[in-house]
Amino acid sequence: MLYFILRRILLLIPVVIGLTVIMFAIARLLPGDPVSLAAGPNATQSEIDALAREFGLDQPIWTQYFDYLSGLLHGDLGTSLLTRRPVAADIAAYLPATLELVIAAMLIAVCIGIPLGLATAVWRNRWPDYLSQVVAIGAISMPRFFLGLLLQLCFAMWLMWLPLGGRLPIIVIPPPTVTGFLTIDSLLAGDMHTFVTALRHLAMPAIAMSLSPLATIMRMMRASTIEVMSQDYVTTARALGLPRAKIILKYIARNAVSATLTVIGLYFGWLLGGTVLVETVFDWPGLGLYATKAIISQDMMPVIGVALVIGLMFVAANLVIDLLYGVINPKVRYS
Amino acid sequence: MTHPLLDIRNLHLTMTSFDGAAHVLNGIDLTVNRGEIWGLVGESGCGKSLTGLSISRLVSTPPARYIDGEILFEGRDILSLPAKEVQSLRGKRIGMIFQDPTTNLNPSYRIGEQLVDVALAAARHDASILDCPPNASRRERRRAARRLAGDMLDRVGIPNAEARLDNYPHEFSGGMRQRVLIAMALIGRPDLLIADEPTTALDVSVQAQILKLLKGTVADHFIGVILITHNLGVVAETCSHVAVMYAGNIVESGPVAEVIERPAHPYTKALMASIPTKHSKRGSLNGLGGSVPNLISAPPGCRFAPRCPHAVEACTQTLPKPVQVGGTHHAACIRLTETEDLVDA
Repeated sequence: MLYFILRRILLLIPVVIGLTVIMFAIARLLPGDPVSLAAGPNATQSEIDALAREFGLDQPIWTQYFDYLSGLLHGDLGTSLLTRRPVAADIAAYLPATLELVIAAMLIAVCIGIPLGLATAVWRNRWPDYLSQVVAIGAISMPRFFLGLLLQLCFAMWLMWLPLGGRLPIIVIPPPTVTGFLTIDSLLAGDMHTFVTALRHLAMPAIAMSLSPLATIMRMMRASTIEVMSQDYVTTARALGLPRAKIILKYIARNAVSATLTVIGLYFGWLLGGTVLVETVFDWPGLGLYATKAIISQDMMPVIGVALVIGLMFVAANLVIDLLYGVINPKVRYS
Repeated sequence: MTHPLLDIRNLHLTMTSFDGAAHVLNGIDLTVNRGEIWGLVGESGCGKSLTGLSISRLVSTPPARYIDGEILFEGRDILSLPAKEVQSLRGKRIGMIFQDPTTNLNPSYRIGEQLVDVALAAARHDASILDCPPNASRRERRRAARRLAGDMLDRVGIPNAEARLDNYPHEFSGGMRQRVLIAMALIGRPDLLIADEPTTALDVSVQAQILKLLKGTVADHFIGVILITHNLGVVAETCSHVAVMYAGNIVESGPVAEVIERPAHPYTKALMASIPTKHSKRGSLNGLGGSVPNLISAPPGCRFAPRCPHAVEACTQTLPKPVQVGGTHHAACIRLTETEDLVDA
């Protein structure tokens, strides 16, 4: 087990190298001059050169790259050209918001998608199944930002049940930071009022992000449940008189979930990389918004940093999924 | 009046397919008493497995449809019982063992847990199985079920049974898994055991052990067994009675020694003749020509007639009724007396 985890962590090294190389190459290939953009419209050539020297941008690209890598070993992700703040500190500030959003969306998708998939498989080819199929196709094909706008229109503008955007209103004092998740931190601080407020802000963006993974997970779960239901051991369980509910919820569900896990892992990474639109629509102060601003001003260090962090998160999510396989399927555990 | 353990009367089953309804069980009659081991033999697709599954009502309807007949288990018709009562029979009164031990155990759960679940389900209908007071708590019942599971594994010949309860199915060999499945089928103390090709997927040496185990179980618990197989050798060795099936009909049935020594029906004779013996020449196998008829629009007469060397015009007109050959030995053929002479000649 330990060996397995260690091997996976070693695998991170080529991932990091690959990501940084590609990002550096893209930064160099992009047209335009980020330094003159950062120096401002009225800067003289000598001022621009001075700025470039300060950030080491006058060095050849491979020197820049190795400087970056050696900084990376110390947890230094470089400095933003524009704000002159260290990228690592910025990411540390923005990442929890994105993670909170993505995890909330995945929780909704998994907690609803898996039971629904199981139910539609058990009652397949009857009206709940058909209905869920139509809704699923709708949810997958609707763009998330559009769905976000619809939700805002419905729940914030007409019904006025939920706030339009943001993470917390300015007038609410955020709880002391422990995990960086406002919902968990406010609970830890015992501040129920802030917890409810944070939850109300989280609800709409999380729902907007959850629908497409929810639909996919539901369909996957349905397919794998149907496959498991035709297995011999299910017939045996029926032949030996086990109650139907127990067969479905215990003997079928566990085997069916294991096939669905892969999709959950992939979606987690996909959501992390795809928060930009939802964060923009809901004004959610996360990595997506941060990266968008950096891209627009051609500030490459934050962009590389964000790509790296999301890449690592993706690998970590899939490591967790692989470990979960072991929990669910004993055969994986021993081999 | 006491009922036989199992009495199948005139069972007709059709299966709907894209080409039409196939008449796959065409009037099955079979009576099984306690202490008897019935071998149900026939080639693939003759309906022997469907007969077995029907007894536990595990054939899904549709596509299947029971158009006539009844399956009386101690006098009660299983086909007309409410689903809840059928479920209370499964595992508790009727145990089943299937062909492939590698796919019939759930790969995700320890075998102890699977055995305990079956025992607890059976104990809902008969608390005495667990041998603990009726007001016992859930924990006590689980512990009792686990103890019972260990006993059962021990009884089916799994060494170090107590410890192996915590193993997963993939940690057992094929023969051991089949033993686990037998323990699982017997843990609810069934009165009737249906074993659907329980040894087909096993080595010959393991086969013999499993069959011996089944035989011992009948002797110990005085239960009835239906052993579904296509292997006449297995039947000769293990069973007390045999029913030979062909294309949805039982063509011959009776005590195993009589049927094997004096087969009356042409199909049984052909089956017996197709078994290679040590006297047969190398490279000469006596197969039976032709193949099983299409059951979708089966002709009204004897279904074996197209392949039968003794068939006459009358054979294709009506389905032959079982005729007594001697004692409880019956064969469904209208040319029994004639073919007798033909064979002797």
